[in-house]
Amino acid sequence: MRLVERFASGLDAPICLTWELTYACNLACVHCLSSSGRRDPDELTTDECRAVIDELEAMQVFYVNIGGGEPTMRSDFWDLVGYATSHHVGVKFSTNGSRITPAVARTLAASDYVDVQISLDGATPEVNDAVRGAGSFETATRAMQHLASAGVTGFKLSVVTTRQNVDQLDAFKATAEKYGAQLRLTRLRPSGRGARVWQELRPTPEQQRTLYDWLLARGGDVLTGDSFFHLSGYGEALPGLNLCGAGRVVCLIDPVGDVYACPFAIHDQFLAGNLRHGGGFSGVWREAPLFTELRRPQSGGACSSCGHYDACRGGCMAAKFFTGLPLDGPDPECVLGRGDDALAGRVGSVPSPSPDHSRRPRPVAVAMAPARTVRPCDNGPLAGTALGDNGDRAPIAVR
Amino acid sequence: MPPPTPPLDAPPFDGSLPWKMNSQVSLRPESFGALAYHFGTRRLSFLKSPRLVTVVEGLAGAPSADEACLRAGVTEEEHVSFRRALAALAASGMIVERTVP
Repeated sequence: MRLVERFASGLDAPICLTWELTYACNLACVHCLSSSGRRDPDELTTDECRAVIDELEAMQVFYVNIGGGEPTMRSDFWDLVGYATSHHVGVKFSTNGSRITPAVARTLAASDYVDVQISLDGATPEVNDAVRGAGSFETATRAMQHLASAGVTGFKLSVVTTRQNVDQLDAFKATAEKYGAQLRLTRLRPSGRGARVWQELRPTPEQQRTLYDWLLARGGDVLTGDSFFHLSGYGEALPGLNLCGAGRVVCLIDPVGDVYACPFAIHDQFLAGNLRHGGGFSGVWREAPLFTELRRPQSGGACSSCGHYDACRGGCMAAKFFTGLPLDGPDPECVLGRGDDALAGRVGSVPSPSPDHSRRPRPVAVAMAPARTVRPCDNGPLAGTALGDNGDRAPIAVR
Repeated sequence: MPPPTPPLDAPPFDGSLPWKMNSQVSLRPESFGALAYHFGTRRLSFLKSPRLVTVVEGLAGAPSADEACLRAGVTEEEHVSFRRALAALAASGMIVERTVP
Protein backbone atom coordinates (compact mmCIF):
# COMPACT_ATOMS: atom_id res chain seq x y z
CA MET A 1 0.00 0.00 0.00
CA ARG A 2 1.37 3.41 -0.87
CA LEU A 3 1.89 5.80 1.98
CA VAL A 4 -0.81 8.12 0.67
CA GLU A 5 -3.29 5.25 0.79
CA ARG A 6 -2.26 4.46 4.35
CA PHE A 7 -3.02 8.03 5.26
CA ALA A 8 -6.31 7.98 3.40
CA SER A 9 -7.37 4.99 5.47
CA GLY A 10 -6.54 6.82 8.70
CA LEU A 11 -3.93 6.53 11.43
CA ASP A 12 -4.33 5.62 15.10
CA ALA A 13 -3.69 9.24 16.01
CA PRO A 14 -3.72 12.40 13.93
CA ILE A 15 -0.45 13.63 12.48
CA CYS A 16 -1.64 17.15 12.92
CA LEU A 17 -4.35 18.51 15.05
CA THR A 18 -5.93 21.93 15.19
CA TRP A 19 -7.31 22.99 18.52
CA GLU A 20 -9.33 26.16 18.75
CA LEU A 21 -9.15 27.16 22.37
CA THR A 22 -11.78 29.88 22.38
CA TYR A 23 -14.35 31.51 20.17
CA ALA A 24 -13.47 34.84 21.75
CA CYS A 25 -11.69 37.26 19.46
CA ASN A 26 -10.79 40.92 19.61
CA LEU A 27 -11.01 41.14 15.82
CA ALA A 28 -13.90 40.38 13.51
CA CYS A 29 -12.27 39.29 10.27
CA VAL A 30 -14.81 39.09 7.49
CA HIS A 31 -13.64 35.62 6.41
CA CYS A 32 -13.28 33.99 9.85
CA LEU A 33 -13.46 30.21 9.39
CA SER A 34 -14.86 29.66 12.85
CA SER A 35 -17.27 32.64 12.95
CA SER A 36 -15.51 33.76 16.11
CA GLY A 37 -16.16 36.78 18.26
CA ARG A 38 -17.84 35.90 21.53
CA ARG A 39 -16.53 33.39 24.00
CA ASP A 40 -18.79 30.38 24.37
CA PRO A 41 -19.83 29.95 28.02
CA ASP A 42 -19.33 26.21 27.69
CA GLU A 43 -15.68 26.31 26.64
CA LEU A 44 -13.36 23.65 28.06
CA THR A 45 -11.99 24.44 31.50
CA THR A 46 -8.30 24.55 32.26
CA ASP A 47 -8.47 21.07 33.77
CA GLU A 48 -10.32 19.72 30.76
CA CYS A 49 -7.71 21.25 28.47
CA ARG A 50 -4.95 19.63 30.49
CA ALA A 51 -6.71 16.28 30.19
CA VAL A 52 -6.78 16.75 26.41
CA ILE A 53 -3.05 17.44 26.43
CA ASP A 54 -2.46 14.30 28.53
CA GLU A 55 -4.31 12.32 25.89
CA LEU A 56 -2.38 13.91 23.05
CA GLU A 57 0.86 12.99 24.81
CA ALA A 58 -0.30 9.40 25.23
CA MET A 59 -1.29 9.25 21.54
CA GLN A 60 2.09 10.73 20.58
CA VAL A 61 0.61 13.67 18.76
CA PHE A 62 3.85 15.58 18.30
CA TYR A 63 2.39 19.01 18.17
CA VAL A 64 -0.88 20.86 18.12
CA ASN A 65 -1.91 23.93 16.16
CA ILE A 66 -3.68 26.21 18.55
CA GLY A 67 -6.02 28.82 17.21
CA GLY A 68 -9.40 30.30 17.88
CA GLY A 69 -10.76 32.93 18.05
CA GLU A 70 -7.75 34.66 19.41
CA PRO A 71 -6.28 31.98 21.68
CA THR A 72 -4.20 34.41 23.75
CA MET A 73 -7.46 35.89 25.07
CA ARG A 74 -7.85 32.88 27.34
CA SER A 75 -6.42 33.79 30.71
CA ASP A 76 -4.89 30.31 31.04
CA PHE A 77 -3.35 30.40 27.55
CA TRP A 78 0.30 30.56 28.60
CA ASP A 79 -0.26 27.99 31.34
CA LEU A 80 -1.70 25.58 28.78
CA VAL A 81 1.18 26.21 26.38
CA GLY A 82 3.60 25.44 29.21
CA TYR A 83 1.66 22.35 30.18
CA ALA A 84 1.69 21.07 26.59
CA THR A 85 5.39 21.60 26.02
CA SER A 86 6.32 20.03 29.35
CA HIS A 87 4.27 17.00 28.24
CA HIS A 88 6.08 16.62 24.93
CA VAL A 89 3.34 18.19 22.85
CA GLY A 90 4.79 21.00 20.79
CA VAL A 91 2.64 24.04 20.18
CA LYS A 92 2.18 26.30 17.24
CA PHE A 93 -0.34 29.00 17.86
CA SER A 94 -1.98 31.44 15.48
CA THR A 95 -2.49 34.96 16.64
CA ASN A 96 -3.38 38.37 15.36
CA GLY A 97 -0.37 39.61 17.34
CA SER A 98 -2.25 41.83 19.76
CA ARG A 99 -0.80 40.10 22.82
CA ILE A 100 2.74 39.60 21.53
CA THR A 101 4.45 42.12 23.77
CA PRO A 102 8.25 42.45 23.96
CA ALA A 103 8.19 40.36 27.15
CA VAL A 104 6.12 37.61 25.51
CA ALA A 105 8.46 37.66 22.53
CA ARG A 106 11.45 37.15 24.81
CA THR A 107 9.76 34.16 26.45
CA LEU A 108 8.98 32.69 23.05
CA ALA A 109 12.58 33.13 21.96
CA ALA A 110 13.65 30.85 24.80
CA SER A 111 11.40 27.95 23.79
CA ASP A 112 12.17 25.41 21.08
CA TYR A 113 8.77 23.87 21.45
CA VAL A 114 6.57 26.85 20.76
CA ASP A 115 6.09 28.28 17.32
CA VAL A 116 4.12 31.39 16.47
CA GLN A 117 2.04 32.22 13.46
CA ILE A 118 1.08 35.80 12.82
CA SER A 119 -1.95 36.33 10.60
CA LEU A 120 -1.83 39.05 8.00
CA ASP A 121 -4.03 39.22 4.92
CA GLY A 122 -2.55 42.17 3.11
CA ALA A 123 1.01 43.36 2.52
CA THR A 124 -0.33 46.89 2.91
CA PRO A 125 -2.63 48.30 5.61
CA GLU A 126 -5.36 49.07 3.05
CA VAL A 127 -5.64 45.51 1.78
CA ASN A 128 -5.20 43.88 5.19
CA ASP A 129 -7.44 46.10 7.23
CA ALA A 130 -10.31 45.81 4.75
CA VAL A 131 -10.53 42.15 5.73
CA ARG A 132 -9.15 42.00 9.28
CA GLY A 133 -10.26 45.36 10.63
CA ALA A 134 -8.83 48.81 11.21
CA GLY A 135 -5.44 48.83 12.88
CA SER A 136 -4.85 45.10 12.48
CA PHE A 137 -1.97 45.59 10.03
CA GLU A 138 -0.15 47.75 12.51
CA THR A 139 -0.84 45.27 15.33
CA ALA A 140 0.56 42.35 13.36
CA THR A 141 3.55 44.36 12.20
CA ARG A 142 4.38 45.43 15.74
CA ALA A 143 4.18 41.80 16.88
CA MET A 144 6.62 40.76 14.15
CA GLN A 145 8.97 43.55 15.20
CA HIS A 146 8.85 42.33 18.78
CA LEU A 147 9.50 38.74 17.75
CA ALA A 148 12.41 39.72 15.51
CA SER A 149 13.92 42.01 18.19
CA ALA A 150 13.73 39.19 20.72
CA GLY A 151 15.60 36.91 18.34
CA VAL A 152 12.70 34.66 17.39
CA THR A 153 13.42 33.36 13.92
CA GLY A 154 11.44 31.08 11.68
CA PHE A 155 8.06 32.11 13.00
CA LYS A 156 5.31 32.02 10.44
CA LEU A 157 3.67 34.86 8.60
CA SER A 158 0.34 33.40 7.61
CA VAL A 159 -1.68 34.81 4.75
CA VAL A 160 -5.07 33.81 3.41
CA THR A 161 -4.81 34.30 -0.33
CA THR A 162 -7.49 36.58 -1.74
CA ARG A 163 -8.33 38.38 -4.95
CA GLN A 164 -7.11 41.57 -3.30
CA ASN A 165 -3.74 40.30 -2.08
CA VAL A 166 -2.67 37.77 -4.66
CA ASP A 167 -0.74 40.51 -6.44
CA GLN A 168 1.25 41.05 -3.26
CA LEU A 169 2.88 37.62 -3.03
CA ASP A 170 6.39 38.98 -3.53
CA ALA A 171 5.73 41.73 -1.01
CA PHE A 172 4.57 39.15 1.56
CA LYS A 173 7.72 37.15 0.93
CA ALA A 174 9.82 40.26 1.44
CA THR A 175 7.96 41.09 4.66
CA ALA A 176 8.55 37.60 6.00
CA GLU A 177 12.23 37.81 5.16
CA LYS A 178 12.52 41.22 6.73
CA TYR A 179 11.45 39.79 10.08
CA GLY A 180 13.22 36.43 9.76
CA ALA A 181 9.88 34.68 9.36
CA GLN A 182 8.66 32.04 6.96
CA LEU A 183 5.76 32.78 4.66
CA ARG A 184 2.73 30.56 4.74
CA LEU A 185 -0.11 30.92 2.26
CA THR A 186 -3.45 29.27 2.66
CA ARG A 187 -6.59 29.03 0.67
CA LEU A 188 -9.61 31.22 1.32
CA ARG A 189 -12.38 28.82 2.20
CA PRO A 190 -16.10 29.49 2.17
CA SER A 191 -16.32 28.31 5.78
CA GLY A 192 -17.73 30.22 8.74
CA ARG A 193 -18.14 33.91 7.91
CA GLY A 194 -15.98 33.21 4.88
CA ALA A 195 -19.07 31.84 3.17
CA ARG A 196 -20.54 35.31 2.96
CA VAL A 197 -17.55 36.95 1.32
CA TRP A 198 -16.13 34.05 -0.62
CA GLN A 199 -17.43 35.19 -3.99
CA GLU A 200 -15.95 38.67 -3.54
CA LEU A 201 -12.64 37.63 -2.02
CA ARG A 202 -11.71 34.44 -3.83
CA PRO A 203 -8.96 34.73 -6.43
CA THR A 204 -10.01 34.79 -10.07
CA PRO A 205 -9.11 31.81 -12.25
CA GLU A 206 -6.23 33.84 -13.74
CA GLN A 207 -4.98 34.62 -10.25
CA GLN A 208 -5.22 30.95 -9.28
CA ARG A 209 -2.90 30.15 -12.14
CA THR A 210 -0.47 32.90 -11.10
CA LEU A 211 -0.55 31.58 -7.56
CA TYR A 212 0.11 28.02 -8.71
CA ASP A 213 3.08 29.08 -10.82
CA TRP A 214 4.42 31.23 -7.99
CA LEU A 215 4.14 28.40 -5.48
CA LEU A 216 5.64 25.85 -7.84
CA ALA A 217 8.64 28.10 -8.41
CA ARG A 218 9.24 28.42 -4.68
CA GLY A 219 8.89 24.72 -3.84
CA GLY A 220 8.96 23.98 -0.14
CA ASP A 221 10.26 27.46 0.66
CA VAL A 222 6.74 28.77 1.15
CA LEU A 223 4.45 26.75 3.39
CA THR A 224 0.88 26.12 2.33
CA GLY A 225 -0.64 23.68 4.78
CA ASP A 226 -1.25 21.59 1.66
CA SER A 227 -3.99 24.12 1.01
CA PHE A 228 -3.82 24.28 -2.74
CA PHE A 229 -3.90 20.69 -3.87
CA HIS A 230 -6.98 21.52 -5.90
CA LEU A 231 -4.60 23.50 -8.16
CA SER A 232 -2.43 20.48 -8.90
CA GLY A 233 -4.67 19.81 -11.88
CA TYR A 234 -2.69 22.54 -13.65
CA GLY A 235 0.20 20.13 -14.04
CA GLU A 236 2.98 19.23 -11.67
CA ALA A 237 1.75 18.59 -8.14
CA LEU A 238 2.59 21.19 -5.54
CA PRO A 239 4.68 19.96 -2.61
CA GLY A 240 2.44 18.05 -0.22
CA LEU A 241 0.34 14.95 0.05
CA ASN A 242 -2.37 16.19 -2.26
CA LEU A 243 -4.84 14.41 -0.09
CA CYS A 244 -7.75 15.61 1.97
CA GLY A 245 -6.63 14.64 5.46
CA ALA A 246 -9.97 15.33 7.14
CA GLY A 247 -10.69 12.71 9.79
CA ARG A 248 -7.81 10.64 8.42
CA VAL A 249 -4.65 12.44 9.51
CA VAL A 250 -6.06 15.78 10.71
CA CYS A 251 -9.02 17.01 12.69
CA LEU A 252 -10.22 19.92 14.77
CA ILE A 253 -11.09 20.21 18.44
CA ASP A 254 -13.29 23.24 18.98
CA PRO A 255 -13.51 25.32 22.17
CA VAL A 256 -16.41 23.32 23.63
CA GLY A 257 -14.78 19.96 22.93
CA ASP A 258 -16.58 19.18 19.70
CA VAL A 259 -14.37 17.26 17.31
CA TYR A 260 -14.76 18.07 13.63
CA ALA A 261 -13.19 16.40 10.62
CA CYS A 262 -11.12 19.45 9.77
CA PRO A 263 -10.65 23.09 10.73
CA PHE A 264 -12.60 24.25 7.69
CA ALA A 265 -15.65 22.15 8.38
CA ILE A 266 -17.25 23.50 11.52
CA HIS A 267 -20.72 22.25 10.74
CA ASP A 268 -22.96 19.55 12.19
CA GLN A 269 -22.43 17.46 9.09
CA PHE A 270 -18.72 17.08 9.94
CA LEU A 271 -19.10 16.80 13.71
CA ALA A 272 -17.63 13.49 14.80
CA GLY A 273 -18.40 13.74 18.50
CA ASN A 274 -17.52 15.54 21.70
CA LEU A 275 -14.57 14.62 23.86
CA ARG A 276 -16.63 15.22 26.99
CA HIS A 277 -18.89 12.28 26.15
CA GLY A 278 -16.96 9.49 27.78
CA GLY A 279 -14.32 8.33 25.38
CA GLY A 280 -12.23 11.47 25.40
CA PHE A 281 -10.50 12.65 22.26
CA SER A 282 -9.01 9.27 21.41
CA GLY A 283 -12.45 7.70 21.62
CA VAL A 284 -13.79 10.13 19.04
CA TRP A 285 -10.74 9.81 16.82
CA ARG A 286 -10.78 6.03 16.79
CA GLU A 287 -14.49 5.25 16.89
CA ALA A 288 -16.57 8.07 15.48
CA PRO A 289 -18.77 6.74 12.67
CA LEU A 290 -18.06 9.86 10.62
CA PHE A 291 -14.32 9.23 10.74
CA THR A 292 -14.79 5.55 9.94
CA GLU A 293 -16.75 6.62 6.90
CA LEU A 294 -14.13 9.16 5.79
CA ARG A 295 -11.43 6.49 6.07
CA ARG A 296 -13.20 4.19 3.64
CA PRO A 297 -12.15 4.34 -0.01
CA GLN A 298 -13.81 7.40 -1.52
CA SER A 299 -15.47 7.59 -4.86
CA GLY A 300 -14.37 10.29 -7.25
CA GLY A 301 -17.99 10.61 -8.31
CA ALA A 302 -18.39 13.05 -11.17
CA CYS A 303 -14.60 13.57 -11.17
CA SER A 304 -13.54 9.94 -11.41
CA SER A 305 -13.34 9.99 -15.20
CA CYS A 306 -11.25 13.19 -15.19
CA GLY A 307 -7.60 12.80 -16.10
CA HIS A 308 -6.59 15.14 -13.30
CA TYR A 309 -8.34 13.27 -10.52
CA ASP A 310 -5.16 11.66 -9.23
CA ALA A 311 -3.63 15.12 -8.93
CA CYS A 312 -6.41 17.06 -7.24
CA ARG A 313 -8.47 14.21 -5.71
CA GLY A 314 -11.59 16.26 -6.29
CA GLY A 315 -10.36 19.13 -4.11
CA CYS A 316 -11.56 20.32 -0.74
CA MET A 317 -14.56 18.74 0.95
CA ALA A 318 -15.35 21.86 2.97
CA ALA A 319 -15.17 24.15 -0.04
CA LYS A 320 -17.67 21.96 -1.84
CA PHE A 321 -20.00 21.62 1.11
CA PHE A 322 -20.22 25.29 1.95
CA THR A 323 -20.86 26.26 -1.64
CA GLY A 324 -23.68 23.74 -1.87
CA LEU A 325 -21.87 21.35 -4.18
CA PRO A 326 -21.95 17.54 -3.89
CA LEU A 327 -18.95 16.13 -2.01
CA ASP A 328 -18.16 13.66 -4.77
CA GLY A 329 -18.07 16.30 -7.49
CA PRO A 330 -15.59 18.97 -8.53
CA ASP A 331 -14.13 21.56 -6.20
CA PRO A 332 -15.82 24.97 -6.73
CA GLU A 333 -12.41 26.23 -7.88
CA CYS A 334 -11.62 23.29 -10.15
CA VAL A 335 -8.89 24.43 -12.54
CA LEU A 336 -10.85 23.07 -15.48
CA GLY A 337 -13.76 25.35 -14.63
CA ARG A 338 -16.04 22.43 -13.72
CA GLY A 339 -16.65 24.04 -10.37
CA ASP A 340 -18.12 27.08 -12.03
CA ASP A 341 -20.38 24.89 -14.11
CA ALA A 342 -21.47 23.06 -10.98
CA LEU A 343 -22.07 26.33 -9.10
CA ALA A 344 -24.20 27.60 -11.96
CA GLY A 345 -26.21 24.40 -12.02
CA ARG A 346 -26.60 23.75 -8.32
CA VAL A 347 -29.97 23.08 -6.85
CA GLY A 348 -31.12 23.67 -3.31
CA SER A 349 -29.72 26.04 -0.76
CA VAL A 350 -26.21 26.65 0.48
CA PRO A 351 -25.75 25.34 4.03
CA SER A 352 -25.40 28.01 6.67
CA PRO A 353 -22.38 27.93 8.88
CA SER A 354 -22.94 26.48 12.33
CA PRO A 355 -22.26 27.34 15.09
CA ASP A 356 -21.84 31.11 14.86
CA HIS A 357 -20.12 33.08 17.63
CA SER A 358 -19.91 36.34 15.71
CA ARG A 359 -20.42 39.40 17.81
CA ARG A 360 -23.68 41.24 17.20
CA PRO A 361 -24.30 43.12 15.08
CA ARG A 362 -22.54 40.88 12.67
CA PRO A 363 -19.63 42.46 10.88
CA VAL A 364 -20.52 43.42 7.37
CA ALA A 365 -18.23 42.70 4.50
CA VAL A 366 -16.46 45.88 3.58
CA ALA A 367 -16.62 47.16 0.08
CA MET A 368 -14.52 44.98 -2.13
CA ALA A 369 -13.94 44.71 -5.80
CA PRO A 370 -17.14 43.69 -7.57
CA ALA A 371 -17.73 39.99 -7.61
CA ARG A 372 -16.83 38.17 -10.78
CA THR A 373 -18.38 34.89 -11.58
CA VAL A 374 -16.29 33.26 -12.71
CA ARG A 375 2.58 11.76 -5.52
CA PRO A 376 4.41 12.11 -2.83
CA CYS A 377 5.51 8.55 -2.20
CA ASP A 378 8.38 6.99 -4.06
CA ASN A 379 9.67 3.49 -3.45
CA GLY A 380 12.43 4.49 -1.05
CA PRO A 381 11.94 3.81 2.62
CA LEU A 382 11.71 7.44 3.63
CA ALA A 383 9.63 10.48 2.92
CA GLY A 384 9.55 13.74 4.77
CA THR A 385 8.19 17.21 5.06
CA ALA A 386 8.73 20.53 6.71
CA LEU A 387 6.10 20.67 9.36
CA GLY A 388 5.50 23.45 11.75
CA ASP A 389 2.86 24.24 9.32
CA ASN A 390 -0.82 24.02 9.83
CA GLY A 391 -0.98 20.39 10.46
CA ASP A 392 -2.67 19.57 7.27
CA ARG A 393 0.53 20.17 5.42
CA ALA A 394 1.68 16.94 4.03
CA PRO A 395 4.83 15.11 3.21
CA ILE A 396 7.11 15.57 0.30
CA ALA A 397 9.19 12.64 -0.67
CA VAL A 398 12.86 12.96 0.12
CA ARG A 399 14.54 11.53 -2.90
CA MET B 1 13.71 29.46 18.29
CA PRO B 2 15.76 27.60 15.70
CA PRO B 3 15.54 28.25 12.00
CA PRO B 4 12.83 26.19 10.33
CA THR B 5 15.00 24.33 7.89
CA PRO B 6 18.01 22.15 8.42
CA PRO B 7 21.37 23.33 7.13
CA LEU B 8 21.90 22.58 3.47
CA ASP B 9 25.64 22.26 3.90
CA ALA B 10 25.48 19.08 5.97
CA PRO B 11 28.52 16.87 5.32
CA PRO B 12 28.00 13.70 3.27
CA PHE B 13 26.75 10.70 5.18
CA ASP B 14 29.40 8.21 6.29
CA GLY B 15 27.90 4.84 7.20
CA SER B 16 31.14 3.57 8.69
CA LEU B 17 30.80 6.04 11.56
CA PRO B 18 28.67 5.70 14.68
CA TRP B 19 25.32 7.51 14.57
CA LYS B 20 22.32 7.99 16.81
CA MET B 21 18.87 9.49 16.65
CA ASN B 22 18.86 13.17 17.53
CA SER B 23 17.66 13.66 21.10
CA GLN B 24 15.17 16.24 19.81
CA VAL B 25 13.52 13.62 17.62
CA SER B 26 10.55 11.52 18.64
CA LEU B 27 9.43 8.36 16.85
CA ARG B 28 5.81 7.23 16.66
CA PRO B 29 5.30 3.64 15.51
CA GLU B 30 2.85 3.17 12.64
CA SER B 31 1.78 0.15 10.61
CA PHE B 32 3.94 1.32 7.70
CA GLY B 33 6.98 2.10 9.85
CA ALA B 34 7.05 5.24 11.93
CA LEU B 35 6.57 8.97 11.98
CA ALA B 36 9.66 10.87 13.10
CA TYR B 37 9.26 14.41 14.34
CA HIS B 38 12.12 16.81 15.00
CA PHE B 39 11.05 19.30 17.66
CA GLY B 40 13.87 21.66 16.77
CA THR B 41 13.31 22.02 13.03
CA ARG B 42 9.63 20.99 13.20
CA ARG B 43 10.15 18.59 10.38
CA LEU B 44 8.20 15.41 10.07
CA SER B 45 9.60 12.40 8.24
CA PHE B 46 7.91 9.19 7.33
CA LEU B 47 9.98 6.08 7.85
CA LYS B 48 8.29 3.92 5.30
CA SER B 49 9.59 0.56 6.39
CA PRO B 50 9.56 -1.13 9.80
CA ARG B 51 13.14 -2.21 9.18
CA LEU B 52 14.28 1.37 8.71
CA VAL B 53 12.74 2.03 12.11
CA THR B 54 14.73 -0.90 13.53
CA VAL B 55 17.87 0.51 11.93
CA VAL B 56 17.31 4.00 13.33
CA GLU B 57 16.50 2.65 16.78
CA GLY B 58 19.57 0.43 16.64
CA LEU B 59 21.99 3.20 15.64
CA ALA B 60 22.89 4.21 19.18
CA GLY B 61 23.86 0.67 20.12
CA ALA B 62 25.87 -0.14 17.00
CA PRO B 63 29.49 0.73 16.28
CA SER B 64 28.49 2.09 12.87
CA ALA B 65 25.40 2.83 10.80
CA ASP B 66 26.40 0.07 8.40
CA GLU B 67 26.52 -2.37 11.30
CA ALA B 68 23.07 -1.20 12.47
CA CYS B 69 21.78 -2.03 8.99
CA LEU B 70 23.36 -5.50 9.11
CA ARG B 71 21.85 -6.17 12.51
CA ALA B 72 18.42 -5.22 11.18
CA GLY B 73 18.80 -7.77 8.41
CA VAL B 74 19.35 -5.31 5.57
CA THR B 75 20.80 -7.24 2.64
CA GLU B 76 23.61 -6.07 0.42
CA GLU B 77 21.20 -5.24 -2.39
CA GLU B 78 19.04 -3.18 -0.05
CA HIS B 79 21.95 -1.43 1.57
CA VAL B 80 22.14 1.36 -1.00
CA SER B 81 18.55 2.45 -0.48
CA PHE B 82 18.85 2.27 3.30
CA ARG B 83 22.05 4.28 3.19
CA ARG B 84 20.29 6.85 1.07
CA ALA B 85 17.46 7.01 3.59
CA LEU B 86 19.93 7.43 6.45
CA ALA B 87 21.74 10.14 4.51
CA ALA B 88 18.46 12.01 4.10
CA LEU B 89 17.74 11.63 7.81
CA ALA B 90 21.23 12.92 8.56
CA ALA B 91 20.81 15.88 6.22
CA SER B 92 17.64 16.91 8.03
CA GLY B 93 19.24 16.43 11.45
CA MET B 94 16.99 13.50 12.40
CA ILE B 95 20.07 11.41 13.10
CA VAL B 96 23.43 12.78 14.20
CA GLU B 97 26.95 11.46 14.36
CA ARG B 98 27.86 9.98 17.68
CA THR B 99 31.20 10.70 19.24
CA VAL B 100 32.62 7.54 20.73
CA PRO B 101 34.16 8.15 24.15
